[in-house]
Amino acid sequence: MTSIAKPPVRHPSSRVNGLGLSIRDYEGAMSTLCAGCGHDSVTAALVQAAWELELEPHRVGKMSGIGCSSKTTAYFMKQSHGFNSVHGRMPSVTSGANAANRSLTYIGISGDGDSLSIGFGQLSHAIRRNVNMLYVIENNGVYGLTKGQFSASADIGSTSKKGEANEQAPIDPVLVALTLGCTFVARSFSGDKKQLVPILKAGIAHKGLALIDVISPCVSFNDHEGSTKSYSYTREHEVEAVQTDFVPLKREITVPETGEAVQVVEMHDGSRVRLRSTSADYDPTDRDSAYAHVRACQARHEIATGLLFVDETGKDMHDHLRTVPTPLIDLPYEALCPGKGALDKLMERYR
Amino acid sequence: MSGINDFAFKMGTVNGTGSASANTLLMQAIFRMGIPVTGKNIFPSNIQGLPTWYEVRVSKDGHTARPSTVDLVVALNPATYAKDVATVAPGGYLVYDSTWPLDPDLVREGITILGIPFGKMCVETFEGDRDRTLLRNIVYVGSLAALLDIDMGVIEQMLTEKFGKKPKLLASNHTAIKLGYDYAKANFTCPLPFRLEKMDATGDSILIDGNTACALGALYAGATVGAWYPITPATALMEAFKSFCEKYRVDKATGLHNYAIIQAEDELSAAGIAIGAGWAGARAFTNTSGPGISLMQEFIGLAYYTDIPAVFIDVQRCGPATGMPTRTQQADLLTLAYASHGDTKHLLLFPANPKECFEMTVEAFDLADRYQTPVFVASDLDIGMNDWMVKRFQWDDSYKPDRGKVLDAAALEKVKKFSRYLDVDGDGIAARTLPGVGGKGAYFVRGSGHDKHGLYTEDSDAYQELVDRLKRKFEGAAEHVPAPEILHQAGSEVALVTIGGCDAAVREAADLLRAEGIHTDFMRIRGFPFSNEVRAFLGRHEHTFVIEQNRDAQLRSLIGIELGFARDQMIPILDYGGMPLSAQKVVDAVKTHLAGVPA
Repeated sequence: MTSIAKPPVRHPSSRVNGLGLSIRDYEGAMSTLCAGCGHDSVTAALVQAAWELELEPHRVGKMSGIGCSSKTTAYFMKQSHGFNSVHGRMPSVTSGANAANRSLTYIGISGDGDSLSIGFGQLSHAIRRNVNMLYVIENNGVYGLTKGQFSASADIGSTSKKGEANEQAPIDPVLVALTLGCTFVARSFSGDKKQLVPILKAGIAHKGLALIDVISPCVSFNDHEGSTKSYSYTREHEVEAVQTDFVPLKREITVPETGEAVQVVEMHDGSRVRLRSTSADYDPTDRDSAYAHVRACQARHEIATGLLFVDETGKDMHDHLRTVPTPLIDLPYEALCPGKGALDKLMERYR
Repeated sequence: MSGINDFAFKMGTVNGTGSASANTLLMQAIFRMGIPVTGKNIFPSNIQGLPTWYEVRVSKDGHTARPSTVDLVVALNPATYAKDVATVAPGGYLVYDSTWPLDPDLVREGITILGIPFGKMCVETFEGDRDRTLLRNIVYVGSLAALLDIDMGVIEQMLTEKFGKKPKLLASNHTAIKLGYDYAKANFTCPLPFRLEKMDATGDSILIDGNTACALGALYAGATVGAWYPITPATALMEAFKSFCEKYRVDKATGLHNYAIIQAEDELSAAGIAIGAGWAGARAFTNTSGPGISLMQEFIGLAYYTDIPAVFIDVQRCGPATGMPTRTQQADLLTLAYASHGDTKHLLLFPANPKECFEMTVEAFDLADRYQTPVFVASDLDIGMNDWMVKRFQWDDSYKPDRGKVLDAAALEKVKKFSRYLDVDGDGIAARTLPGVGGKGAYFVRGSGHDKHGLYTEDSDAYQELVDRLKRKFEGAAEHVPAPEILHQAGSEVALVTIGGCDAAVREAADLLRAEGIHTDFMRIRGFPFSNEVRAFLGRHEHTFVIEQNRDAQLRSLIGIELGFARDQMIPILDYGGMPLSAQKVVDAVKTHLAGVPA
């Protein structure tokens, strides 16, 4: 089967953003995932977020590995450059691309198999390097493309479609990211676009690696009674920590005052994220309390969602590398080659 | 051998005791006397306590291959006494530390044994264990200076250059040199029958290792992204690149870097970073050795199948598995030629020495960009880590990087539709765009099946059309990789075919064979795919020897597979114990074979 292009139909009355682009301009090829797949909802949220952020499509690099999740980079922003690489290795490819051209927005889409098993090392080291990118894990606890094996995020006691129970402890990407020093950690649910879109926007604006774990149920292999990643399970057990409203500088979106405590975190580009704690004592800028909150929720069989931790003061990869602000690919060759005179002089050192 | 400016000597020491810098000093002093010289560091995969050797060959004729025997051994490691004394040529000399009684292992008929109380003199002269251990090496340099007639003025000059700003160290090194020199002068007939005499044969040369040379090549090629994972014997390459970048690529006003060097978590990641950067439009590279190449296989296939440039420098060592990390080999040839699963073939460059490391690294970046594919520079430990005497590197300021077919925004304006893998020119090379370019330029890189437009496909015809184009592209590169080096002798019925670092030994072997009346034609293959010139050379001789450093005759196999030249028509000469090749091994093998061939 070849890829399916969507017809470029635009309704005359459809709204456009500041770039004159309608939301359809941010869509991609037709999804070939199963009907009802959570990943398609994440794709829709990404389209919405990119449109609202007024990202120039061609200035975006869509990066992925292998798996159902990784296929989705083809399903949004068809005018963007995409790179569907090898299983579990999207973080290194993105590291290299970002090192070469820091002026693009990198959106990495991965899954629980891609990031928590085969690519666990790459995820960890991309966090450690703090590559400036959005890193979405579409997490369904199962290997979809190979038809239903447990992934490393499957909960103890969760059963496969055949009834077999998982006995190994899960790897929670949120706890891992918090432990490794990730500067932006969030969790959401594919079925909660209202929460997910602002988180995606905040993650894109964040300078550094923004990890968003999105519980995204697999309708074919992990959405049955006994699964802890099913729609019904997640809806019943979701506990929102912090609501996020992303506020672009260009157009202020007013947030209705509800009387709840609101914290404003300024992003590197001057835009701000408004963090709404559901409980008055939750502090999304404190790594330890974020960790404790996620653990406490786990103990109650609840899933902590929302923006769980953010640190806008962290150094990203380019800060560590002390690279020039100009993308390396834009440096003229003359600035890179020391020339004949320098070589002739250097040769004396080897005498 | 064994005359004026034509001999070899070696030091057998314990690693971690500071002998390396003393040995370098020795070799450099000889070089500065204008005499051709090479040094081979035979070292263990260890930081301290295991045997290590340093072999110095002096050759007025400029031969740089490893000597097959040595005329003098400085034996300072009791653990290897027996082995070391056995390598002395008949009539040669052994120097040992006579602080202790002569070890029975060191006794041998037919050689002259010289005892010098290095340890005792150091204890009496210097304070503290550290200085006594370190300076013992400098003391033997002094003794060798007397025995071999090394110009003391040159040594003094070098010490001043090295320790000029540290008067205390300068003084103690000076004392140590004198100690050794004076003792030898007072107790032995100096110089020995084989000795040094000033020449004027190194003025246009330098002493440099191949790793440093590759790093310089990457610098001059304009590489901006280097990704790596530390591995012997490739580590020093990226470290050299880093130090060159710190010297030449730091913005003076801001202190910011015009480069990015990323030490990755493993070789998979290093390959991914190089490929990601290559996709984004940088000249990117990674350096590694065999085990790293094994780990990079999947990524190499991705870059091949998706037409992404990246340079891989493989400093080969003894495999398989961990193998012998500090011993040299050319056993990655087949792995590199066909790296990754599926149908894959890669462009390979085979430098023979550091000068070619420099030149071929630059060339590798041009080829990678032009052919939009991974390109491999197959160096090895002997080339990479040893100091070689080579001609000074040259640079032509008119050089412009060949970035290949890249459509920028303006060029895209002119095309009706951009299809990433469309072979417009018929050479298998499709124009690419770089991420970030607008308009029609965006496309989707996928390691999964794709057609000439870059779209996903599982269609047989579309798939075959794409991989056939890749094959066409590969074949087209044959005449553009470095041409073989061919030397003819009139009436030769014997051909010597070799590769990489075997060059010096095989050329010397050709000289030695000619002296015995055996005329040979010589071909050193410098690139893959093989060009027509390589093909034309083969099959025209009564005897064709293929000389290489691996067990399985990989070069011979590659020639057989790619050129259809019958493998039984090529006689393999294989040297795979991990040491640099010596000319004598080649001579012996050729003569043995010819003697056994019925007339």
